[in-house]
Amino acid sequence: MREISFRDALREAMTDEMRRDERVFLIGEEVAEYDGAYKVSKGMLAQFGPKRVIDTPISESGFAGLGIGAAMMGLRPIVEFMSWSFSLVAADPILNNAPKMLYMSGGQFGCPIVFRGNDGAGGQLGSTHSWCVESLYANVPGLKIIIPSTPYSAKGLLTQAIQDDDPVFCLESERMLALTGDVPEESYTIPIGSADIVRPGSDCTIVSFGRPVHFCLEAAEALAKEGIDCEVIDGRSIKPLDIETFSASVRKTNYCVVVDQSWAFASVGSEVAAELHRLCFDDLDNHVHRVHSDEVPAPYAQNLEQEMLPNARKICEAVRSATYNA
Amino acid sequence: MNQIDPTTESRCETEAVPLPPTEVLLEWLRDMMLIREFEVRSMQAYQNRLAGGFLHVYNGQEAVAVGTIAAVNPDDPVITAYRDHGHALARGMKPEVGMAELFGRIGGCAKGKGGSMHFFDAEHHMYGGHGIVGAQVPLGAGLAFATKYRDEVIDGGASSHVTLCFMGDGAINQGAVHEAMNLAAVLELPVIFIVENNLYAMGTAVERCTAAGSHLIERARGYGMNAACLEGMDVLDVYRGMKPLVDRCRETSRPCWVDMRCYRFKGHSMSDPRKYRTHEEEEQWEDRDPIERLAAWLVDRDLLTGEAFKRLGKEIRSEIRQAVKWAEASPPPGMEELYHDVYAERWGPYTGTSMPEFLQRRRNDQEASGA
Repeated sequence: MREISFRDALREAMTDEMRRDERVFLIGEEVAEYDGAYKVSKGMLAQFGPKRVIDTPISESGFAGLGIGAAMMGLRPIVEFMSWSFSLVAADPILNNAPKMLYMSGGQFGCPIVFRGNDGAGGQLGSTHSWCVESLYANVPGLKIIIPSTPYSAKGLLTQAIQDDDPVFCLESERMLALTGDVPEESYTIPIGSADIVRPGSDCTIVSFGRPVHFCLEAAEALAKEGIDCEVIDGRSIKPLDIETFSASVRKTNYCVVVDQSWAFASVGSEVAAELHRLCFDDLDNHVHRVHSDEVPAPYAQNLEQEMLPNARKICEAVRSATYNA
Repeated sequence: MNQIDPTTESRCETEAVPLPPTEVLLEWLRDMMLIREFEVRSMQAYQNRLAGGFLHVYNGQEAVAVGTIAAVNPDDPVITAYRDHGHALARGMKPEVGMAELFGRIGGCAKGKGGSMHFFDAEHHMYGGHGIVGAQVPLGAGLAFATKYRDEVIDGGASSHVTLCFMGDGAINQGAVHEAMNLAAVLELPVIFIVENNLYAMGTAVERCTAAGSHLIERARGYGMNAACLEGMDVLDVYRGMKPLVDRCRETSRPCWVDMRCYRFKGHSMSDPRKYRTHEEEEQWEDRDPIERLAAWLVDRDLLTGEAFKRLGKEIRSEIRQAVKWAEASPPPGMEELYHDVYAERWGPYTGTSMPEFLQRRRNDQEASGA
């Protein structure tokens, strides 16, 4: 199988779907003439023309709302946020309109829309540009959240998201766009809400989402040398959560660490932990341990930022502690 | 007395616009009377606790919804804010369906899940009913984007639809509105933004909250938009003012903007004691009642008799009485409706604790019965 980058995998999902379905279009800041602020949409303007690849002013609330109006009429917009950090100024349309439209209209107007862009810190961008929005947004019913960690899942999940009849938030990471991996040339989908066991193991389950999955694999390699065999699960979706896959693994390993790059309080990590405590109460030999970003604004200085985020060292410590190997 | 008067603004040349035949004018009269009676009965229902939540009635502004919607085609999209009953009825929503929505019944336009502020009607191209001030305006730009995209990209023709996007004067200081106006101008979207300027943003007079509030059209001109100030208390003026704007918008696929001067006869909502305006001011505007005005115009021209006007009133009162009865007879939504329409998938992709107890019980029952 050929190897392509995460960035190219995202683009393939969009171009495949735009070729397949005329209702699909891409709109956002710098997506057209600039070829994408992060080159995800490189070449798409030339391929599809300005009516389907549309540059917007820096006006997130406006173009997010515009996409929702278009989706109400049955189009399938892909709205790119240069960064999910900028989606906060569009909170009203993305949280108050998109996920509630179907319900408030009594089933008359759906909102088949994809919002996508970079999520998470790691690039020394300072606090305002380093949001991990997953825990904030996962609280809202009516939307779905996907968070791919490999080029393969990026293409499969985004393709599914574009075909999905509900609003889907696709959380990507600027730090992973150049990451390469095996990706089939043909179009394929990955169901939203299906996790992937990326490293089988028997001693401790590590559940994670998005970029930190790679830190978990790094930690698992280090821990293997200490004789702790970890099973690493890539959640791939946050809403809905594939809690069955997580709990099946915990029933086998009896220990669990959840790694979530958002802040700890009322987070994806706390939800996963609560669920596993409920479902695996009798199987767990210790409480579920959690690794999050520290509850501080993301700092600029590289050393501080790296310490703030989940990393392999923190994950190793959590696994040792959870499995009484500390 | 609020000093803002439409005659101080530049007016469109409307005299040359021909009026439709008398039957249509009588329909407009009927539509306005139907809206008024609907609102009278919805206020009653609210006082009798048949309707809950917030209720914002349209009394006084009937000419705006009826006259603007008469100027577009039935498949042109309409979207508005929370004072939405008039637009929905003018669009053709059955009054019993609207009334049932107010009562929170399954027969309502949103199965009782939207309420007064969220009237949706797909059949009549009515895209809501939106509760957050100004939030519907980017959505309205999106509807216009979608009709243009459908006409041009999917159907391979020319853009041929116009979206009517209503807002109140209270919305014009919201960022989302300005973002939408800019987008509509930059992307050349066929949308008409109609500011129903009833002089008060809830209880705050326009001049107290809006810079250069007596010259709102300057804002639209700042975005390079065609803009007009229209008299909103006279349905004939509304129609004649709107028709050329609609035609031009359809032809050029460019946005335009209307400062529609009108007055709400009642408070902002049912809990509004209206202390921010005088009784004299209210009376002066009530003298310009759009229903009385059209009726008088028709009577003056021997197109309507006083007798027929009375008969029409009686008919409409009976129709709305029937609507109330129908709505009262409609049952409340079944408990399964709590969980439908959250996602396109009927029972949603719930997992874990996010799965409501009702659904878990249902799933268990199904598993027990082997279904």
